[in-house]
Amino acid sequence: MAVFLALVRRELGVAFNSLTGYVVVAVVLLLSGCSLVDIVTKLNGGREAGPVVGLFYRSLYFWLILLPLPAVITMRSFAAERSSGTYESLMTTPVGDWQVVLSKYAGAMLFYALAWLPLLAVLAVLRQVTHQEAFLELRATVGAYLGIGLIGSTFIAMGCFASSLTRSQLVACMLSFLMTIGLWVIGLGPAISEGADATASRLLTHVSVLRHMDDFAAGILDSRHIVFHVTGTLLFLFFTVRVVEGRRWK
Amino acid sequence: MIEVKDLTKRYPGRTAVNGLTFSVGRGEVVGFLGPNGAGKSTTMRILSSFMPATSGTARVAGFDVFHQADEVRRRIGYMPENNPLHLDMRVREYLKFRARLKGLGWRRSRERVDTVLRQCGLIDVERRIIGQLSKGYRQRVGLADALVHEPDLVILDEPTIGLDPNQIRAVRALIKEVGRSHTVLLSTHILSEVEMTCNRVLILNRGTIIAADTTENLERHLSLDGQVVAEIAAPLAQVREAFRDLPGVARIDVSEAEGAYVRLALTPKEGEDLRPLVFEQVRQNGWMLRELTRSRHSLEDIFVHLTRGRKEELL
Repeated sequence: MAVFLALVRRELGVAFNSLTGYVVVAVVLLLSGCSLVDIVTKLNGGREAGPVVGLFYRSLYFWLILLPLPAVITMRSFAAERSSGTYESLMTTPVGDWQVVLSKYAGAMLFYALAWLPLLAVLAVLRQVTHQEAFLELRATVGAYLGIGLIGSTFIAMGCFASSLTRSQLVACMLSFLMTIGLWVIGLGPAISEGADATASRLLTHVSVLRHMDDFAAGILDSRHIVFHVTGTLLFLFFTVRVVEGRRWK
Repeated sequence: MIEVKDLTKRYPGRTAVNGLTFSVGRGEVVGFLGPNGAGKSTTMRILSSFMPATSGTARVAGFDVFHQADEVRRRIGYMPENNPLHLDMRVREYLKFRARLKGLGWRRSRERVDTVLRQCGLIDVERRIIGQLSKGYRQRVGLADALVHEPDLVILDEPTIGLDPNQIRAVRALIKEVGRSHTVLLSTHILSEVEMTCNRVLILNRGTIIAADTTENLERHLSLDGQVVAEIAAPLAQVREAFRDLPGVARIDVSEAEGAYVRLALTPKEGEDLRPLVFEQVRQNGWMLRELTRSRHSLEDIFVHLTRGRKEELL
């Protein structure tokens, strides 16, 4: 456990020992601010129907944060270590492959969680300004954060996997972003293919991260969504461990 | 400490290490010498359990490097080629992190980090960021990392590469000191390094060991034809006459040198050192002597001789 904690600390250290971590947080902050402006504009227009809290999760800015963020956070996890050679010194210590993979995942998750904190401020400001309890209502907020966490968890596991495949951070980032966007686009399926094959449409609904987010943001904790993301995370972490093992015994 | 038997590593289309067999005893400082691409780094990576061999076995401290990798890793301090470090960390922070990874407890890691900081002369820079240190200091950090968990065996892959002469001297001195208390296996293609730091040398070429002996033995072995050259101020014929019938001389060669001097070259029969003999003759005849040398093969000659010979054989 001590070794695992040392590795996680190191992962977080990497983010904040250089400018990268601060830049990422700053960009997320900027996008959160943009979404705040966007919501206020929409509310002033008065054209939006439905729950106000949904405005946030349907806005472009929200997805502009959620989709690329995991790819950006995880791109360096294995790729940078492999290109700088520190991977060799890491893998010649008595540390297990699972420990390495889990610590990289945990480090990325912690940073991801940290990057989403400004959202709370945005919601608090909206609540203050609009006097609407819906913003920052406990159930919806917990649900939304759970959704952001679970979806992010799958994406981060995908990112770790992508990073373990290559030496290049850029390739890792693009590969991971491709997988993330892929899953997101599949989720758009039911909306696009309305009236098409019902079974296919139902299947696509199940994997739709948009739909998952809608439910979570409404405070609905659907076990199907939770199971989907937990298994997705475990699956990609398992793949990552396999790649790490495979590289070791090549 | 190290037992390697028939170790082979093949990459697609290339054999990096071919049937390597050698052993290293506890407390030895062994140099792995070879041209670039001879298979030194590959062997070291296999020994440190970073990659597996295609065939053959390797044991470190009695543990198999493949099947008991964790036990092996606990017992070795490995400094990979180019000494990769986390450049964004501070020296003490990095060493502490590495100590924790190697399984040392909180208190123990603190003690050990203090010790290696002192041992490697890093006290002055312990709070500096590694990326801002000179290459010589970084190399010391790499060494300190290899030593921090008190390993039985220290494996150093090209520890002095890319350093300036002063830094090389400092790092070599450090390796020598480490060699007093640890078993060390170091690789290099700089021959003087092996001469200076190691008591035994394994010369590797194209994945096979072509010579393995103590540095003195290797030199002695190849110095058998150690020719003696002298420059004497005397008539040429007299010099030839004086040395012709001496026992132990296989060949005699006399030629004119500049001024009143002649140049005498004597080849011994059985590795005998002919220098006292030459001096005695010169003294007896009352001649002047201005040079007396015995050609001594350095490790460099041996290395060139062996690796080139092998290449010609292969061609």
